[in-house]
Amino acid sequence: MYFKPQLKMILVALACVTFNSQLIAAPSKASSIVETKVVQHYTTLAHTIFEDALITAKALDATLAAFIESPSQASLEKAQLAWKAARIPYLQSEVFRFGNPNVDDWEGQVNAWPLDEGLIDYVAQDYAHEEGNTGATANIVAAKSIKVGNKTIDTTSITPKFLAEINELGGSEANVATGYHAIEFLLWGQDLNGTQAGAGERPYTDFITGDQCTGGHCERRIQYLKAASSLLINDLQDMVAQWAPSTDNYRAKFEGLPKKEALTRILYGMGSLSLGELAGERMKVALDANSPEDEQDCFSDNTHHSHYFNAKGVQNLYDGQYQRANGQLMQGLGIAALVEPADPALHKSMQAALQKTEQALNAIVTLAEKDEPMKFDQLIAPNNTKGEAIVQEGIMALVNQAQSIEQVAKAVGIDNLNPDTSEHHF
Amino acid sequence: MVFQNRCLIVGLTVGMCFSFMGQAVAKQVVAGQAVVAQKPEAKQYLGGGTTVFATGRNSFSLPAANMPMLKTLDFSVGNSFFRSPWVIAPATTDVRDGLGPLFNTNGCQNCHIRDGGGHAPSSHDDNAVSLLVRISVAIEGVSWPEPNYGGQLQDFGVPGVEPEGKVHIEYQDVVEQFADGTTVTLRKPTLSITELAYGELHPDTRLSARLATPMIGLGLLEAIPEAKLMALADPQDLDNNGISGRPNTVLDVVSKKMVMGRFGWKAGQPSVRQQNTAAFAGDLGITSSLFPDENCTLAQKNCANAPTGGKPELTQEVLDAVTFYAQNLGVPARRQVNDAKTNAGEVLFESIGCAQCHTPTWTTGDAEAMPWLSNQVIYPYTDLLLHDMGNGLDDQHPESDAKGAEWRTPPLWGIGLSSVVSSEVNYLHDGRARTITEAILWHGGEAYDSQNAFKALSSEDRKALLAFIKSL
Repeated sequence: MYFKPQLKMILVALACVTFNSQLIAAPSKASSIVETKVVQHYTTLAHTIFEDALITAKALDATLAAFIESPSQASLEKAQLAWKAARIPYLQSEVFRFGNPNVDDWEGQVNAWPLDEGLIDYVAQDYAHEEGNTGATANIVAAKSIKVGNKTIDTTSITPKFLAEINELGGSEANVATGYHAIEFLLWGQDLNGTQAGAGERPYTDFITGDQCTGGHCERRIQYLKAASSLLINDLQDMVAQWAPSTDNYRAKFEGLPKKEALTRILYGMGSLSLGELAGERMKVALDANSPEDEQDCFSDNTHHSHYFNAKGVQNLYDGQYQRANGQLMQGLGIAALVEPADPALHKSMQAALQKTEQALNAIVTLAEKDEPMKFDQLIAPNNTKGEAIVQEGIMALVNQAQSIEQVAKAVGIDNLNPDTSEHHF
Repeated sequence: MVFQNRCLIVGLTVGMCFSFMGQAVAKQVVAGQAVVAQKPEAKQYLGGGTTVFATGRNSFSLPAANMPMLKTLDFSVGNSFFRSPWVIAPATTDVRDGLGPLFNTNGCQNCHIRDGGGHAPSSHDDNAVSLLVRISVAIEGVSWPEPNYGGQLQDFGVPGVEPEGKVHIEYQDVVEQFADGTTVTLRKPTLSITELAYGELHPDTRLSARLATPMIGLGLLEAIPEAKLMALADPQDLDNNGISGRPNTVLDVVSKKMVMGRFGWKAGQPSVRQQNTAAFAGDLGITSSLFPDENCTLAQKNCANAPTGGKPELTQEVLDAVTFYAQNLGVPARRQVNDAKTNAGEVLFESIGCAQCHTPTWTTGDAEAMPWLSNQVIYPYTDLLLHDMGNGLDDQHPESDAKGAEWRTPPLWGIGLSSVVSSEVNYLHDGRARTITEAILWHGGEAYDSQNAFKALSSEDRKALLAFIKSL
């Protein structure tokens, strides 16, 4: 009974051995090993960068605790600085979002913007929000309960779980109750200066309990800040775990993908962040619309750093390099390791494109950080032709960079750089 | 396991055996199944090459999977204008101003929740934000805008311009029974307008509520060749099957020609671009090159005198970007493709006649300047034609050639993910159906036989049919 299949299997096995030895002899073997290393280093970078985001979010949490413990202008500013520091690794992690559905699905609770800040706290009278969005004026800090549609939601206790539940309340994406930008709003308040100089100016007394409390309900505002910070830490812990070395997590599945597919995800993420998200939504839209409402870090006026470190994230993946929050430099095989041997000229032009972007976005950072700063929301003011030219240069550099990324994709054997069309979504 | 044993019997290592069998089969063996891995069925790719495999809350918001990466700039700019609120003119944000004077909402995404559909208000004090009300006066079968209120009720106004009124919906229970005795309570809506700000409504006024519809796959529907759709039309029911689909014929406002309608509940708009600009004009009060006039009636003097955000308010660049965005949202893949229950449901979908109007598949023709949308085999489950749906759904509100009881077959792709994308989902033009079962039970007219056949199904068969529909 078994004889026939056994014989077949032996023949098959012989064929199989021959096939394997042919593979070993094939010239593509070296590049296949490099591909594997590039993919592995990508997941290592993802793990490290999310880990840094977590470390800096914990540092932020500690300064928030110190601020709440003894509120003063100085302790508020310390907390604000810690928030800005926490953004640096997070923004470099965003390049992972556009190639990986698990990061994209998770992001809504971590970094959603623009937000209808009236959901969270008091706002100025001329505050514009999404019409018909009852959540936009709910003011959770002030309210013991809020009504959305025919549902009344008890808001007595502001916990991380509660905030996660009411994020995107009533289905509206503008109802952002959680993440970096909710914390940013609590630390800075509304930026009422439009396209003029100045960020949000929330007084530290908004966090003093007792008679000196300004803005009302300081106790609940403190609760909100603590809960939002805890939730952010929880979320970052989840993402770190998904990229940690393991046999059963997203990282393991990613490394198990056919190499071409993994590379497609990596390069699509780099291109899509460069072009669609950064050049498009975050810069071109804000510039064309002259609208600070389209500015990512609108409360803190830290948008220039967001743009800069988003682009840095793309560069990290090409170079295989990342400078950790503690200053340590990580180095491994990036996409460059595949391009340089195959097409040295293309490698040079990709490097030049990345460098051009770095310079253009750094020019915006320099303007924003000088003594009499010109922030991103001032650059996009109507009739600021100088500002427009500076932002436009950044956009053009990113467009050019995206085109180079597409050529790089072709050079590593990916003809159609579009999001993954296979069923390997997990 | 069978393969593995045989390999061991002949003394080969499992690894060598695996390397021959290839990854797909190896996976199956690891999973403990002896079946040979199957090729994914074409039917899984509901949107052809645009199909995306996300199943989460963002699954309606992804770019077509085969859209070139260099197009993400246009897509993202369009997305931003689709999502963010428009503001009242004059404002520093010149490109984004011009909201109103009268409007229903200040952003597309408010109704097309996460690029999905809208829902009926959950209570009387709920703002009817993802649903709007069309108003008409029917004179000899032709519908005209209401003299004081125009063709659509706008329930918001800029400061100084009174909102036209508030939508009020009352529901009445209607009980239906399946052959097996199970009953289902439907809700029949009655619409009225309260707090009328510009005088009485004309005595012959007809009101029709319309839910926002999902945004996925619109560029593909636009690319189905007209001749193919026309070939399916059978206005005189010459094949005598009780189904007499016909196209709506509508005005293309640019070419000034009468052309086939494809979009909207009554196929009242011929293209994604015209559908978008009509919504900008009617729902947001944003004028465009296609619809250059604000929707103010003679009775609405403050409306006519309100500041505008430019002539037109929508720049060509933004219109192009939003149109591109609306044409390029990918269609989520079908789930449970090889499931016995959904397969049984698919057979029933054919046998009780659903597929006669919800045409499963088409191949797109040439999509202008978007080769990735061209020549795609797609599974939208619609014929884009008008069908008489009977008295129960007759809104007495004609739209071009479409009569009150006539509705365009809505596509079914994505229907099973709607409840993941949005927490509240309703079906049919006015959101009266809270479940797919309720929606089927409202099917009358040409679909009456199918509805009856559905009622005659056993509980198990009904579950299978619904499992199939929800797998889309």
